Amino acid sequence: MLTANRLLDGEVVYWQGGDWQPDFAAAEIFDEAEAAKAALDAAQAFVRDNKVVGTYLFEVRKEANHVAPVKEREIIRSLGPSVRRDMGKQALMPTPPAAAKPVHETSPPPPYPSPYPEEPDVSI
Amino acid sequence: MYRYDEFDAKMVRERAQQFRYQVERRIKGELTEDEFKPLRLKNGLYLQLHSYMLRVAVPYGTLSARQMRQLARIARDYSRGYGHFTTRTNMQYHWPKLSEVPDILELLADVEMHCIQTSGNCVRNVTADHFAGAVAGELEDPRPICEIIRQWSSFHPEFNYLPRKFKIAVSATKEDRAAVKYHDIGMEVIRNEAGETGYRVFVGGGMGRTPYVALEIGKFVGKEDILAYLEAILRVYNEYGRRDNIHKARVKILAHQLGADEFRRQVEVEFAEIKRHGTLHLPPEELKRIEAYFAPPAFEDLPETAPEFEAAVKADAGFAAWTKSNLTPHKAKGYAIATISLKTIGQTPGDASAEQMDGLAQIMEDFGFAEIRVSHEQNLVFPHVRKKDLPAVYARLQALDLGAANAGLITDIICCPGLDYCDLANARSIPVAMKLQERFADLERQHELGEIKIKMSGCINACGHHHAGHIGILGVDKKGVEFYQIQLGGSGAEDASVGEIMGPGFGKDEIVDAVERVVETYVSLRAPGERLLETYRRVGMTPFKNAAYQEQMYAAY
Repeated sequence: MLTANRLLDGEVVYWQGGDWQPDFAAAEIFDEAEAAKAALDAAQAFVRDNKVVGTYLFEVRKEANHVAPVKEREIIRSLGPSVRRDMGKQALMPTPPAAAKPVHETSPPPPYPSPYPEEPDVSI
Repeated sequence: MYRYDEFDAKMVRERAQQFRYQVERRIKGELTEDEFKPLRLKNGLYLQLHSYMLRVAVPYGTLSARQMRQLARIARDYSRGYGHFTTRTNMQYHWPKLSEVPDILELLADVEMHCIQTSGNCVRNVTADHFAGAVAGELEDPRPICEIIRQWSSFHPEFNYLPRKFKIAVSATKEDRAAVKYHDIGMEVIRNEAGETGYRVFVGGGMGRTPYVALEIGKFVGKEDILAYLEAILRVYNEYGRRDNIHKARVKILAHQLGADEFRRQVEVEFAEIKRHGTLHLPPEELKRIEAYFAPPAFEDLPETAPEFEAAVKADAGFAAWTKSNLTPHKAKGYAIATISLKTIGQTPGDASAEQMDGLAQIMEDFGFAEIRVSHEQNLVFPHVRKKDLPAVYARLQALDLGAANAGLITDIICCPGLDYCDLANARSIPVAMKLQERFADLERQHELGEIKIKMSGCINACGHHHAGHIGILGVDKKGVEFYQIQLGGSGAEDASVGEIMGPGFGKDEIVDAVERVVETYVSLRAPGERLLETYRRVGMTPFKNAAYQEQMYAAY
């Protein structure tokens, strides 16, 4: 996938169909390196146009029912801080983990099962 | 407290205005990101994982109630209701929008605050003992000289493009609570044989990937000469510090490569040159003028203790525990220094909500506290509390969920934001700190274990001071998976030492058990009155290592 941060507020955004949007679940997956490279090149127009900064590609893993980033860093970027489930993109998901938070009726389903336990796992 | 003069006020206002124009130009596209990034960093603005992060300077960790209220307001209006106190005694906001940062800078300027030199290769926020001006046994309050260093180093044209960042700390007691030997320059206020006060100057301490305890460079530097001496050190560094390799650019590398004698010799040459010109002399009257701002409150003549205090200790076990760990003897009779733990179990270490910040400001106003301090251990401090007020202050802190009785104990963990927020991190640190706090939550057990300093960083840059932890924990990334290395035997205090790495890292589900086995080993080996640090120094790594890796060793068979 291709990602960046929005210039104005720093929000994490993902490439989809020639534009940026904030939803991980809707992000475009590139199976071929060439297509990914082409998207990265096309994305530079948005950098020049001062819409986003820090464009880069990252790896995702296709599971049976969902897609998830390979690296912890990208998992956290796609959700929000794992210690504040009420912050970041995860707060807008329909089944916010732990403390209930305002739910956007129009928000998409979770892109993949949260890697974090439902309750802060303090009982190892 | 120091109050801005017209020059301070003008500088800070102008800087906020300049940044407003710079942000406007960036948004319009007149500045590219490459052009803008150094400008935003000079104003403490980073771009991290989820959003921008703004770092606000809290010079020598001292805040007024008015400033605390403003920090609360900014948290509420611009950063989702909370902020994070750092190991540099600064405040970090994790959610500001670029377009709103100029407004935040204006609000900070309204209360004599700013973000200048909280990032970049310049002299950063100067820190001091958080008990300054209150603790017994202090030669003098170290903060006036910190303020003078702040004024000297702010926008200093010669030191705006140093090879790398530069951090200074000052302490004025035998006990070192400011980690001076882990700073680029550490200063200790001392008295010479003639009875004059001056400074012992250490250079080249630091953490990161190459940890060093600082070298003693200036054995006794007189007060009037101190700025000239600091300037001489920075000149040597500016000229010979490495700019070709970011990992070797800090002054610690230069100082330890040259050795204390050669570094001192070079500093003396520069120092003599500066003295010859006679331009950097700190006049005693200017020092006095600044010192007047830091004059302690007029202490009442109180009895050693107060009946309200004694009664509460007897009646309330929670209060009694809190007085044991969170109070420090004050230099004035009938007063105490109260540490407010930001390590309430289940909370992110160092985080404070807008409600908590407002509540603290309200306590300050209600009890007439002029100041609150931020400590490098990510706690807050009321420096001058009448003992008779302590039960009421404690009750108010408890109502704010800030009454944890764990200062200096095993759950008082220093912890960087880690991979939950930080762009540089390799692993999360907050969840591990929280699990450790939960594991050792039993207060009786904590008090029984005594002083154990756990310090935890999510990457090699060591914002969480893991090299200086009695138990240090470093998060590392192994092919995208988080692992945690243990170090033992570090100290950031007067007995400073760099912790020794135990061995390969533990998985995130193993690290808490491993730490507990280390702690249990200490309990089984300790001599009467011995802290974990002292037991480790006496017996060495082996028994701790054997215990920590126990399960893995069984698994291997």
